[in-house]
Amino acid sequence: MSTWRRLRASLRAAEGLIRSRRQAPIPGHETWCRSLSTGGSLRNDFFKDLEAQLSAMRKKARDALPGSSWSPLELNPNLPPERADIVVVGGGVMGWSVAYWLKQKERIPGGLKVVVVEKDPMYSQASTVLSAGGIRQQFSLPENIHLSLASADFMRNINEHLDVLNEEPVDLQFNQSGYLFLASEKVAHIMEENYSTQRQAGAKVSLLSPAQLKDRFPWINTDDVALASYGLENEGWFDPWTLLNAFRRKAMSMGVIQCCGEVTDFKYTVNVMTNLAGDHVDFRRIKSVRVQMPNSLEYQPVECAIVVNAAGAFSGKVAGMLGIGSGPKDSLAGIALPVEPRKRFIYVVHCPDGPGLDTPFLIDYSGVYFRREGLGGNYIAGASPEEAEEPDVSNLEVDHQFFEEKIWPSMAHRVPAFEKLKVTSAWAGFYDYNTFDQNGIIGMHPLINNMYFATGFSGHGLQHSPAVGRAVAELILDGNFKTLDLSRLGFGRILAQEPMMERNIV
Amino acid sequence: MITQFLQRYFRRSALLLVARRPWSSSSQSSLPPFHTRLLLYLTQRFYDVEMLLSWRSKLKRRGVQKKNAYYSYTERFYGSNLATAYFILNLKGGFRYAGQPDWFRADRKGRFSWDFMNHKDTPIEDVDMSYTVFNYTGLNNLEGQQSLRTLSLRGCPEVDDWFLARLHMFQDSLEELDISHCPRITTGGLAALRNLKGLKRLDMSSLPRISTPGLVIILLEEMLPQCKITATGYDHSLREEGGEEEQKNHLQGQR
Repeated sequence: MSTWRRLRASLRAAEGLIRSRRQAPIPGHETWCRSLSTGGSLRNDFFKDLEAQLSAMRKKARDALPGSSWSPLELNPNLPPERADIVVVGGGVMGWSVAYWLKQKERIPGGLKVVVVEKDPMYSQASTVLSAGGIRQQFSLPENIHLSLASADFMRNINEHLDVLNEEPVDLQFNQSGYLFLASEKVAHIMEENYSTQRQAGAKVSLLSPAQLKDRFPWINTDDVALASYGLENEGWFDPWTLLNAFRRKAMSMGVIQCCGEVTDFKYTVNVMTNLAGDHVDFRRIKSVRVQMPNSLEYQPVECAIVVNAAGAFSGKVAGMLGIGSGPKDSLAGIALPVEPRKRFIYVVHCPDGPGLDTPFLIDYSGVYFRREGLGGNYIAGASPEEAEEPDVSNLEVDHQFFEEKIWPSMAHRVPAFEKLKVTSAWAGFYDYNTFDQNGIIGMHPLINNMYFATGFSGHGLQHSPAVGRAVAELILDGNFKTLDLSRLGFGRILAQEPMMERNIV
Repeated sequence: MITQFLQRYFRRSALLLVARRPWSSSSQSSLPPFHTRLLLYLTQRFYDVEMLLSWRSKLKRRGVQKKNAYYSYTERFYGSNLATAYFILNLKGGFRYAGQPDWFRADRKGRFSWDFMNHKDTPIEDVDMSYTVFNYTGLNNLEGQQSLRTLSLRGCPEVDDWFLARLHMFQDSLEELDISHCPRITTGGLAALRNLKGLKRLDMSSLPRISTPGLVIILLEEMLPQCKITATGYDHSLREEGGEEEQKNHLQGQR
């Protein structure tokens, strides 16, 4: 209607133009030409308008068709869609990796509608970007070694996987420096066992005696070192933010929907069944996920078929919303997801006389680690505190006392040059700490029909994210692990109370 | 009057021309070549072109992978030395057997003589892979060469940091390494050269992705004290001075 009104208005304007020209004295050459061209642009404007109006009309008609998510109410454009196939809770590197692999493995383009929900769009408190960013192969469980190898392979070919047409190629800023583990006499035999497991799995690791260690790294004090293991290949550190962004960019280019909001509740159906012993067991199936918008009371229930819990440190809380862990003590429903946030500090120190370009990612048997940061004599260091001295997790404040008391003495003992260091800055981040056995939980909960877990990696989530994302996508779309068998990392081990500990020397 | 009109008219048409080109927002001098612009325009407009472009890059990648495939068949029937030699010649590279003066090389069209088949049990000592598509997977074919002394990778477009990290397989034998003009090597990869304990000569001239060459060369010399490092093609001193001068001028201009 308004198009017609406009058409008439412009006609009237054109008429007025012509009439005014008639009344005016004989126009100069210049004005004549100009008015002609104005008329032309007017006509152009009219057609452009018409086109816009028509396309708006077409859109409205499309929206009004059944099956579209349009509603007559004025809505927040940032709201997630009302329906999705898969909702990934947590937009850290793990969540985006799962989303990317889901889209990568879908059979028809656009066959899956994946929504990633992230509560902190600035990633200011996200564990991914606050980590030290290392990747290593020196684990004791074959599953973890294979995950690392697969992830290193992914990072090597990252531009085949994550390049987007017409965008810059991904530069992870990968630093090819190995991890160096130092063992004391007491734990040297564990290191030897781990070494043989790693070699069997295909990792390129070498063992060094204290003399060889001194020869290679003259700046290390080898007094109480009995054995060292050193990674030759596929180890080092990289920029976590680049990896996260590359996953996000690629996934969004493939059609994954990003949504800022917090998952606050689930709607689920309960199916009560009786087991052999005669007890009632509740089976739950998630119907919809309630996504609360940031800084507002607005929320949106997202109907979905499958939920992936990749909420990292807060995945225990998400699982708790479904009643996991709130059942009677000795039943399946009484076992909570053993993942909780733990605060870890990372300190940036400056030491111009410190070790140079060949500095490995050194992990001492006392638990202290450090690595080089850039080329200007900066290092970052950290350590895991004792179980009894875990810091408060309500905020991300740094305890500088911890560096003075626990880290610095060990560092200075190991590398005498670190006697004269200066702490330049520090930050803290959360581990998604698995209190049960400090390893990842990948797979489904037996009592919830459609929630998959990819959480509890206790500090190696970033380095394993490419391979774990692929494994979870296989689990969802193929129904089973295809490339790497990670069934031992499932929820079953927690229900059976059989921890799979890393046999670490720290 | 006519001149005035003409002036105005041309100014306007020039404006229109500029407005019609969305990619010329920053400056006209840094325009990409015509075919790039055309392809960019087409990809923005048609999905099919996007598909074709991604197919093209996929095919290119597959071609490189195929050339670098592992010569397991040759190795099984002729031994690892001949498999390595055949691989090198197929990639248009060159090599020299230990204790022999002359090099075996492929010519520009990739043809080579089959005389190298006569030296089944002689290990290969020098390898020259300059300007070939040699990459990480291709290193599988060189894995058996424990007496490799020199390796030249000058101007290899596929040699990256992961490749350098994998050179640890020659850590006892390799003495000379030439990685000059490799476009994908960064500082993070040079740190991996620490494993090459026997390295005596390293040529790292004109690596475009190294941001602070002066510092990196000093750190490398510190890391490999017995190694003589050649690094030309970096104008560190000149550039820094120029930069400072420019800054000074800029500051003066501000005052």
